[in-house]
Amino acid sequence: MSTSAIRSVPGLALLTAGLMGSALVLALIVVPEDADQGISQRIFYIHVPIALTAYFCFGLGAWKALLLLWRGEERHDLESYVAIHQGTIFGALTLITGSIWAKASWGRWWLWSEDQLVLFLVLFLFYCAYFMLRFSLEDGPRRARSSAVYALFGVVLIPVSFLAIRLAEDLIHPTVFTRDGPQMSGSMFATFCVAWGAVTLLAYVLYRVELAGKRLDADLRDLREALP
Amino acid sequence: MSQGQYVAAAYGVVFAFVLVYVAIIAAKLVRLQRETAELLELVRRKDAATRRDPAPVVEARSEA
Amino acid sequence: MTYLADVAALTRKDLRVELRAGDTLPAMLLFVLSTLVVFHFALPEGTGDDAAYGLLWVAIVFAALLGLARAWVPEQEHGVLDALVLAPSDRSAIWLGKTLATLAFLAAAQVVALPAFILFFAPLDLTAIAGVLLADIGICAVGSLMAAMASAGRSRELLLPLLVLPLAIPLIVGGVGAAISPESERYLLLLALYDGVFAVLSWASFEYVVTEHSS
Repeated sequence: MSTSAIRSVPGLALLTAGLMGSALVLALIVVPEDADQGISQRIFYIHVPIALTAYFCFGLGAWKALLLLWRGEERHDLESYVAIHQGTIFGALTLITGSIWAKASWGRWWLWSEDQLVLFLVLFLFYCAYFMLRFSLEDGPRRARSSAVYALFGVVLIPVSFLAIRLAEDLIHPTVFTRDGPQMSGSMFATFCVAWGAVTLLAYVLYRVELAGKRLDADLRDLREALP
Repeated sequence: MSQGQYVAAAYGVVFAFVLVYVAIIAAKLVRLQRETAELLELVRRKDAATRRDPAPVVEARSEA
Repeated sequence: MTYLADVAALTRKDLRVELRAGDTLPAMLLFVLSTLVVFHFALPEGTGDDAAYGLLWVAIVFAALLGLARAWVPEQEHGVLDALVLAPSDRSAIWLGKTLATLAFLAAAQVVALPAFILFFAPLDLTAIAGVLLADIGICAVGSLMAAMASAGRSRELLLPLLVLPLAIPLIVGGVGAAISPESERYLLLLALYDGVFAVLSWASFEYVVTEHSS
């Protein structure tokens, strides 16, 4: 069906490799070390792009979900599912790298005072439930639509949860730890941008590859059914 | 663990995830290869059967 | 307006079924009371009142989950949902009817549970109660939609809490904040925002969740 769409992917993958390589060199070697936080600040260059990319994937999943509900074309269901799958994987990576950063910077593996980490935890739980929902429903339009509605709820949940977590901090912990210090210097910002571009592109390439794989699966299944 | 080792751990985890992904795709390729071979076998058998017994042929439709 | 008439009819149906069978409300009530007693033993000596407010919200959320499950399970078992969907009324009326009915049960359970909480643990001022009411709306609105989604699949009793709990987190923050924070208006505002956004979203998307074909 759209296996021809895979044609552009190797090129994109090569570009990703190049960008990622540059990002790694920049982040680990070239960019000057942060005076306040030391070497552990370098985790920032991989952690934040991954977090932003996870949001991007959830957004893409919600967009495809909206298309499904709006236009009713079945292919959007799989696209939404794969996007959210990617988002969840990158979300898990956000939690892991964030946790490592917390340990490196402040000596503890988890910090409830870190807004972004807590938000990701809530979202991670939410999107894991997405898969539970999908697995419990039979394949068909009802599953596609329920998943789509749930995906849309997810992106609405993001700002609402963020607000809630900010408010919750006042209840639970006074904000003792502040985030990355002042404005980034020019070279730091450039490094961050390269890293961000690389990770986003990586997610997109993985999304296309997974989508193509699942479509191939579906095509082969149709083929098998067509042969008596 | 020293600070530098934490940095390495963070980047390393990302790298590991990507590699695991590649492994999963490779496994999927193996499975797809097997399925395609099975389907090919099915078509060949059908072909042979209809050549021996020329009944009205139902052509196998393949999705484009 | 026939839409509101439909909603009223559906809500009345649920309430009447409950009055006749009379098992959901007592169960929810007993559940909340038992949970409160358990909390007394679960909280270590010298824990402040604030912790009690937190636990109150846990009790409320789980009681709501009970109520939601009970509101939807019989529909699924007897194919009532499918019949209702076939009826020539706006499907979202089903959602609204169910939400209002569940809200009624939850509020009724809280009429007993909240005084019990005040008796056992700590006082509740007006803002705290306002928080409870606002959060009730939110959880019933979202919960009804999630219950409808889950009802079509396997292991729906297990799935409903999984779907609802992450969505309930902002509600818990709002509710607890309204009870203990000096700046409770911010939390009430959060709850109102949540209710506004998610109730509208649930109302609008219910149709898509229960039908098989494109509308």
